[in-house]
Amino acid sequence: MSGIKKVSSTPHIRAKDSTAKIMLRVILALLPAALFGIYNFGLKALLIIVISIVSCIIFEWLFCCITKQKNSIFDGSAIVTGLLLAMNLPVLVPWWLVVIGSFFAIVVVKMLFGGLGQNFMNPALGSRCFLVISFPKLMTDFAYDTFSGATPLAELKNGGEVIVQNMILGTEAGTIGETSVIAIVIGGIILIATGVIDLYVTATYLLSFAAFVLLFAGKGLNLYYLSAQMAGGGLMLGAFFMATDYATRPITKKGQVIYGILLGVLTGIFRIFGPSAEGVSYAIIISNLFVPLIEKISIPKCFGKGGERR
Amino acid sequence: MSEMNTSKKNSNVVAPLINGLLKENPTFVLMLGMCPTLAVTTSAINGMGMGLTTAAVLTMSNIIISLLRNIIPDKVRIPAFIVIIASFVTIVGQFLQAYLPALNDSLGMFIPLIVVNCIILGRAEAFASKNNPIASAFDGLGMGLGFTIALTIIGTIREMIGAHKVFGISFADIATIVHAPASVSEWLSAQSPIAIFVMAPGAFFVLACLTAMQNCIKNRKLAKGEKTKIQSGCGQDCLECSDTGCAHRFYDQDGKDCAIGKKEENND
Repeated sequence: MSGIKKVSSTPHIRAKDSTAKIMLRVILALLPAALFGIYNFGLKALLIIVISIVSCIIFEWLFCCITKQKNSIFDGSAIVTGLLLAMNLPVLVPWWLVVIGSFFAIVVVKMLFGGLGQNFMNPALGSRCFLVISFPKLMTDFAYDTFSGATPLAELKNGGEVIVQNMILGTEAGTIGETSVIAIVIGGIILIATGVIDLYVTATYLLSFAAFVLLFAGKGLNLYYLSAQMAGGGLMLGAFFMATDYATRPITKKGQVIYGILLGVLTGIFRIFGPSAEGVSYAIIISNLFVPLIEKISIPKCFGKGGERR
Repeated sequence: MSEMNTSKKNSNVVAPLINGLLKENPTFVLMLGMCPTLAVTTSAINGMGMGLTTAAVLTMSNIIISLLRNIIPDKVRIPAFIVIIASFVTIVGQFLQAYLPALNDSLGMFIPLIVVNCIILGRAEAFASKNNPIASAFDGLGMGLGFTIALTIIGTIREMIGAHKVFGISFADIATIVHAPASVSEWLSAQSPIAIFVMAPGAFFVLACLTAMQNCIKNRKLAKGEKTKIQSGCGQDCLECSDTGCAHRFYDQDGKDCAIGKKEENND
């Protein structure tokens, strides 16, 4: 990037925010879910989180060294990517899979496209989808409490019974960071309270998904099914932490609403009409790809311009 | 211009051959024929089969088009080229069905689609229609073999990463063949390959990496001051070519002095 910065006209608000500070808040907000994951799945989860974060930092540092760029590991974004990636992995994956995932997230999705702020899709989710396609067996091996069962969502899809309380509390099978709705919502509140995110994307995502489920799932006004769908899988993690990623969401509020609705509809289509039970990660990366188009139709009008004059 | 070119090429049939293999490799340098490159290179054998089939069609169609270059009227040259190419594709397709049915099955639709492969039409337009049959034959052979090598390399890499196989033989079997300890082959067969590499996205990853590598080598040469010519597709340097209306002119490394840009200016 050149040194030219595009600045709008005055007045400007001066804030003390920096990338590192925002990333620190995101890490803080991710901690409840990460800690719950470690509590829920044991020390193996901690090991995966550590491997993921360390390898993300090393790959970013190596890439900066090889391409002779300014070292960017201190902005903390690699830590966030590593943490998010680990929270999107099932606890039983081997260590090398985590390293491959970190490589794909940092080098291919993030750095090759220009580093932080230039990535076209969420690095952690892009990497998760890469891993799911590459290693379908390892990535869908959810074991919990020595009981190698399906995730609640898969059970729900197959017509089984699920316990919604457990899904909200998080004592269920799933990826490391996605199980506990409570922990994720605490993190989400931290994000909102510290001003990192606002509710435009998250709320429209969750509401449009709920509306889609009510309209098209064929269950009528079944609150049990709806709450299981809302609490299950990566929906909460995606809605609070992944879909709200600054680089890959639209800038304007109007754009963010369109983006949230698109996310909800896509997730609904994948979960209800698709072959697999989960669809959040694909919905988010596909919506990420739509962001440039959404930006195009949601450009705000300049003051004094526009109007439907003929 | 083309007469001078012909006499120069005539004296040396090696030049067009090397040109196609390395300097203007259709896949890595000219970026032509991307559709079969990405679609059929799921294994080394498939890539090689596709490459050799294309090479056969390319060589024969180049010869015939070169022989007929003074007879075919300029205005209908594209349909005429297509008819010639399609005939050879049909012949080669029938041969494959008769003698290599397994390869034919795995390449499937992409055999008939050779007709619309831009390498073949591109060489017909850029080279065979301007040069004598011998030079054209060697140009077709060079381009075809360059395509074959590129596809085989892509196919081999994708197969190795995506399926843990080399030319259809799994790593574990290779370990057994070279009398490695049994534990090695057991370990190898227990590893899970990165399956995405034999799917469509893997083709893009591998092609991008290989192209980046050869661009890196080329840029180093440029930095050292070794002048590389601007790839034209006809064996000439676009910078020194007077034919500004040529549809095959290519951009300069940093977009300066590009023929295509000039043409647009003229249109304005």
